[in-house]
Parts: sequence; structure tokens; C-alpha cells
Amino acid sequence: MTRLSRIGLFFVGALACVPLVAQDAKKEIQRYQQMIAEGSPVELFELGGEELWKKPQGPNSASLEKCDLGLGPGVLKSAYARLPRYFKDADRVMDLESRLLHCMTTLQGRSREEATRRVFGNENQPSEMEYLSAYVAGQSRGFKLAAGAAHPKEKEAYQLGKALYFHRAGAWDMSCASCHGDEGKRIRMQELPVLYKPQFARPIMATWPAYRVSNSQFKTMQWRINDCYRQMRYPEPTFASDATVALTAFLTVTAAGEPYRGPGTKR
Amino acid sequence: MDTIRRSLAAALGVLLVKPLAALAAWNNQAFGAKSAADALKSLGASTPAPSKEIAIEAPQIAENGAVVPIEITSHLPGTTSIAVLIEKNPFPLAGKFDFKEGALPFVKLNVKMGESSDVRVIAVAGGRHYVATKEIKVTIGGCGG
Amino acid sequence: MAGPMKMRATILGGNTEVRVLITHPMTTVQPLHFIQNVTVKHNGRTVVESEISQAVSRNPVFSFRLKGGAKGDRIEVSWLDNKGESNKIESAVA
Repeated sequence: MTRLSRIGLFFVGALACVPLVAQDAKKEIQRYQQMIAEGSPVELFELGGEELWKKPQGPNSASLEKCDLGLGPGVLKSAYARLPRYFKDADRVMDLESRLLHCMTTLQGRSREEATRRVFGNENQPSEMEYLSAYVAGQSRGFKLAAGAAHPKEKEAYQLGKALYFHRAGAWDMSCASCHGDEGKRIRMQELPVLYKPQFARPIMATWPAYRVSNSQFKTMQWRINDCYRQMRYPEPTFASDATVALTAFLTVTAAGEPYRGPGTKR
Repeated sequence: MDTIRRSLAAALGVLLVKPLAALAAWNNQAFGAKSAADALKSLGASTPAPSKEIAIEAPQIAENGAVVPIEITSHLPGTTSIAVLIEKNPFPLAGKFDFKEGALPFVKLNVKMGESSDVRVIAVAGGRHYVATKEIKVTIGGCGG
Repeated sequence: MAGPMKMRATILGGNTEVRVLITHPMTTVQPLHFIQNVTVKHNGRTVVESEISQAVSRNPVFSFRLKGGAKGDRIEVSWLDNKGESNKIESAVA
């Protein structure tokens, strides 16, 4: 065989491999995601959160055990799965983190400034919000996602979140839809789910907050939205702002009905 | 570990006959080896026989090298030990598991892989060494966020 | 101060599955701080002894399998790191 024909054969062989690789790659990555979820340290964060939930803190020396997450003081089972929702005492739609903040300030007597001094932690020291989010979310395992959608303010939050999802702004004129708007897109090996469609929103919202293996950090929805905005070169959103809660409301309502799988484990 | 033991002995003014419970064995030489070949030599496993009886369950692609899940089962009768080596890691030996009476030759662990590499699993059964290999590709994921 | 540790032992297919979650930095850069030994005991008897390196992921999770076993059996998992720090957890087979 001549050298040229050998080279030609090599390229033909390589090209033949390409379509197969894409399919196999997706399947193998799913296997990776399944295996890391099965062998995940995420429950350690739930344990840390349980400790914090029960720890008396603040000027009132109170724990969070009487915190009302929507089902009554201290009722945790399925509470996360029903967030975000409208809360009469705050006259506002709140997500998990805004509600935790509410309880820190009202029950524990802490200032908003102190309670939000360090909302996002790191691998050596997770934040209080991260630990608590893991614990509370874990208590909703198995319950169907049922974020509030009936109250006028809940409907308003949904509409606002939807509008924000598609609204282009910021230094790079991007919206959520710029990356999460069309099917079949990915960044490097990560598929970009089209989150305004239920079939894609469901598996995502069923697995946040989550442990990120790439940096060994537990990440919450407030962080996820904050970081997306950072990547789009937007100004930083205020922690638990109406905009961030609205986006979470939109996404969770879109994912309604999906059984919550507990804090996830992601790359 | 040895330095600690000696200084402790000096501090106590007592010759320690038995190692303190806290000071368990750790194969410095094998774990410090910079090549799989050297690590294997330190483990006394320079020429392991390839075996299909060592099952390595692991994804072919890892989305991130910080956590790569690997599940190993040895079907070789009389397996007493399993060692895991990541060929291209700066120090290939990741772990060595000794199974005593009452334990099955099975382990699942998460390892770090610096890059795509072969994972070599050594099983000791009946006093002999066996090996199975699996290639795992490591990707860098997402948008850095 | 060692971080939280969690362990669950259950009967599966006639054997005892042990899954242990350990909080530990397992740093690969100086100053190195990683677990070197993990020991599993079944009703007080050592059944698995492992030596591991900093190549094991941060916040390690291990699964082991013990021959037979019954509900109520005592399982203990302990670890020791290169700084001499240690932790252990004991629980009954569920």
C-alpha cells in the first residue's frame, strides 16, 4: 500500500469514528453523572446544615427550628419543593434563601447585613446559607416540585422571571436564552438545557442546590443565578432580590410535577 | 510517620516496642513513586498477569478530573488486596486495599485524574499479582462557572 | 477538628454494603493534608485496611462490601491522616 493511500485510509477511519463518538460521549457522560451522584459527599452538607438549623444564634439566641418555610413553623418535609411561594408575613414571593434570611433576621434577631456578609462560601468553609440550603432541600426528597402559582404575586413573579429569562441586557447584550434558548447547544462537553421548556427544566430544578465536584463546593440557586449574571457581564444582583426570586419561580413552576431528587451532584 | 514515632519515643523516654495505635502503616516508597512501574515494583507487583476477572466499573468519560468514580470487583478466588494506579498522575498509586477474612474484594472510590489516562488495577490473589486496565478520558467542562 | 462523617451499612444480597462519607480536604498541594489510612471493623474485628494517597478526591466517599452480616451488627470506619488527625464513626447495620 502506498504511503498516500495509507494516510487516506487513516482519515477515512478517523472520520467514521466521529458520529459514533458524539453519541457514546453523551451516554458515557450520563454514566459519569449517575456514578458521582451515587458516590457523592453531598449528605455531609445536609448534616452540617442540620447542625446550623438547630444552633441558637443572634441577639435572640434562637435556632431556626421555628422557621416557617410555608407549611408552618419548623415543618421541613416537602417545604423546599413548594418554594418559591408567597409569604403573607413578608408580603412577598420568597425562595429558599430569602426565606432563610427572613428567619435569621426575625427569629434570630440578626441584621440583614450580618446574615448576608458571606452568602457564598468556598471548599474550605461553606457558607451558612449553603449548609442550610442543603439540609432543607434534602428534606424534600421525593416530593413533587410545586412552587406557588396561584397567588397574584406568585403569578407576577412567574411573569417577571419569564421576561427576565428572555431579556437581553448587560455589557454583552445577553439573556439566559442566549445560552439556554435553543436545543442542541453545549459549552465544551456540557449540554445547555433549554430551561423554559418543562422537559429540560425538570431534571435541573430537581437537582439544585448541588455539590460541584470541580471545586468541591456546595452551590445554591442564588449562587447559580449570580454566577450566570457574572458570566454575562451584568451588574451583580442583590442577594435574594426580587429578580433572582422571580427567575427561580419561573424555572421551578416550569418544572412543576417533577419529583425532587435532593441536593444534586454536578461536575 | 517514622520521624514522629522516634521523636515521641524520645519525648517519652521510653523505647516503643509496639507502634502506637495511631501510627498505621503507609507505603512511602510506593506512594512516592513517580511512575506506575516504580510503584508496582515497590508493591512487589512488577509483572502482574493480565486478568479478565478484575471488573472495573467506571465511566469512559469524566466531566471533571477532580472526582472520577471507580468501582472495582475482583472475581479472582482468594483475592486479598486491590491496588489502584492512575498511569499519568504525578504519583500513580492512589490506593491499596487489603481485605481480611470477612471482607469481599470490592471497593468503590473517587479519584483525581490530572488528565485522560489508563487506570490500572492490581489484584493479589493466592499470593500472585494480576492486572486489569481501563482508559478514562477526562474533559474540562462548561463555561468555567 | 475533623468535619462531619457519615456512614450507612445495609444488607444487600446477603452481604453488608458499607458506604462512608468523609469530610477532608485531601490537598494535593503544599501543605499536604490527606487521609492515609482507612480501616473498617465488623463487630470489632478489622476486615478492611486501606492505604490511600492525596489522589483520592476531596471529601472522600468509599463503598466496601463485607461477607454476610446481619441487621444490628456493629460497623466502625476510622481514618488517620498525614498530620495525625483522625476520626471514626460507628453504626449498626440497618
